[in-house]
Amino acid sequence: MLGIGLFAIGLCLIKGLNQTNMDNRFAFGLWIFLDLTVIALGAGAFFTGFLLYILRRDELRAVINSAVVLGFICYSGAILVLMVDVGQPLRAWFTFWHPNVHSMLTEVTFCITCYLAVLAIEYAPIVLRNRQLRKVPSFLVFEFELHKVMPVLAAVGTFLSFFHQGSLGGLYGVLQGRPFAYRDGFAIWPSTFFLFILSAIATGPAFVLVTTWAVSKISSKRLVQPSVYRILAMVSGWLLVTYVGFKGIDTLVWLNRTVPRTGAIPAQFYAWQPFGTWVLFAEIVLFGLVPALILIAGARRRSFALQLTGSLLACAGVALNRFVMTIQTLAVPTLKFEPFMLYWPSWQEVATFLAVAAYGVILYSLSFRYLKLFPHERDLQQY
Amino acid sequence: MKSSANSGAIIKRRFGLVIDLDRCNGCGACATACAVENNVPPAFPEVNERTGLTWMRVYRAENGRTFPDSRTVYFPISCQHCGHDTPCVSVCPQNAVDINPQTGVVSQIPERCLGCRYCMAACPYHARYFNWFDPTWPAGMEKTLNPDVSVRMRGVVEKCNLCHSRWQVAKAKAAAAGKQDLDPADYTTACAEACPAKAIVLGDLDDRNSEASRAAKSPNAFRLLAKLGTDPKIYYRSNREWVRRLGDADVAQIESEASRG
Repeated sequence: MLGIGLFAIGLCLIKGLNQTNMDNRFAFGLWIFLDLTVIALGAGAFFTGFLLYILRRDELRAVINSAVVLGFICYSGAILVLMVDVGQPLRAWFTFWHPNVHSMLTEVTFCITCYLAVLAIEYAPIVLRNRQLRKVPSFLVFEFELHKVMPVLAAVGTFLSFFHQGSLGGLYGVLQGRPFAYRDGFAIWPSTFFLFILSAIATGPAFVLVTTWAVSKISSKRLVQPSVYRILAMVSGWLLVTYVGFKGIDTLVWLNRTVPRTGAIPAQFYAWQPFGTWVLFAEIVLFGLVPALILIAGARRRSFALQLTGSLLACAGVALNRFVMTIQTLAVPTLKFEPFMLYWPSWQEVATFLAVAAYGVILYSLSFRYLKLFPHERDLQQY
Repeated sequence: MKSSANSGAIIKRRFGLVIDLDRCNGCGACATACAVENNVPPAFPEVNERTGLTWMRVYRAENGRTFPDSRTVYFPISCQHCGHDTPCVSVCPQNAVDINPQTGVVSQIPERCLGCRYCMAACPYHARYFNWFDPTWPAGMEKTLNPDVSVRMRGVVEKCNLCHSRWQVAKAKAAAAGKQDLDPADYTTACAEACPAKAIVLGDLDDRNSEASRAAKSPNAFRLLAKLGTDPKIYYRSNREWVRRLGDADVAQIESEASRG
């Protein structure tokens, strides 16, 4: 997977983006959709850090290391794909040199870059806790010092993450030329700014739950106490309920006020198959309200099956939302005389993302093998 | 002289096009002239209609009726040079898109463009094009390149700039004659010049005496997707109501006109 993916990346960098199936209409495609999804799922890192270091939920210490590694993989992977996705990757630094302060993408670039640095620093003490590395005294001192500043880093990371999750939503919400994506909002921020933050922090813990379960299954080891799963499910469930509430209100405002003001007719957005109204239903109810209720019920009844089902549905829901905002926004025509268009990714696009997935699995496996991702792992094996 | 909503800079002129859709027969001369003037490379076999470069694109639309009531209209669409809350200018992360305060023309700076294509997603008129391929010309054809226009590289966005090079030539001519501003008669776009039906007119929309300004004030003139509030500087004109409806002119305005008979 990694080999084919690296070959596809090479083709895109050497021959250009004509290797993809993106075009002048679908300026964004599979890569942006999946980038937004993995960054939302990677929110588990900062939000678990926030719950642990700022809100002092000490039970989550059992998964924080794993969450940080997952966050690092999600963010670094997304940035890697972005570097292939832009037409002139060597000009990426221009955003820092000629920043347009009005652009949401500028905000995203600044925050993601800074946050990746924070994640790398947060990753360092996990690496330094390796038994072999601990034999070096200076590493031990460095790790100790890093631990002292960890709450500060968690706070900085939380701030940066909140902001760029929001900016990613803002990317679409500010598109006044795209009535399907454009949203009213508060001050300079469209409603999607807040909805992206909420959906990311709601699904981040669910993703940590899913990955912890998957690693536990694959390694045939108990990694955390059931209570940790319950906390993650409860946090995710209640945040998802909040998200669905706000999303519902936002949809009503959008359909009844925002869209008519732009001269568009809401029903037209859903007149193009396969993007019927079922997408809206699936986004809000099937992959929003339903997993929220399942997660809460699962946490209350101590049913891990329900917690896992709810978490999987919640992760699928955030992916569907990012798909709608990216792909459906571009598919819906704005001019009455232009056709509705669809897009299918090329094998190079799919392979590039598979390479990132492979990179993630390899990095996580190595971290799991050599580092202490789950501090309670050894204690739990004795029972 | 007035202040720009976007940058606060001073605009001396507000250049725009007025396109008479009742005259346009869809011949595509405007698109061809534009490509030749602005060094847009010819399409080669791998390019399709979704990945090609056409700063001026002619859309065909119909009234949806059957013969003998079937009617066709052609919409030549270029960058609409939005004036207010310009969608592409505000989204570009590295200021590679700007509005020229002297002309009101929205320009792309290919040398600074990252190729993120956010501006393309933001543009409701699909008037921005990405260089998916390396620009190449058949052997010998490179001699026809316009020396006043830079060729763009692969991986950047480009679009209509109302023949910026021609504006510069007109400015240089005015400067040589000791004038501060150009003579409007010296500046026209390749599309307007090439149109055999004289359907396209370029002019200063703020100059009451310009033909474009007068045409833009016609009761049958409209702008595409006017309700989005982007204040485009490309006007379309048609005496046919169904065409104006198709162009998404302000429906309320059209209906009030219809009720007045």
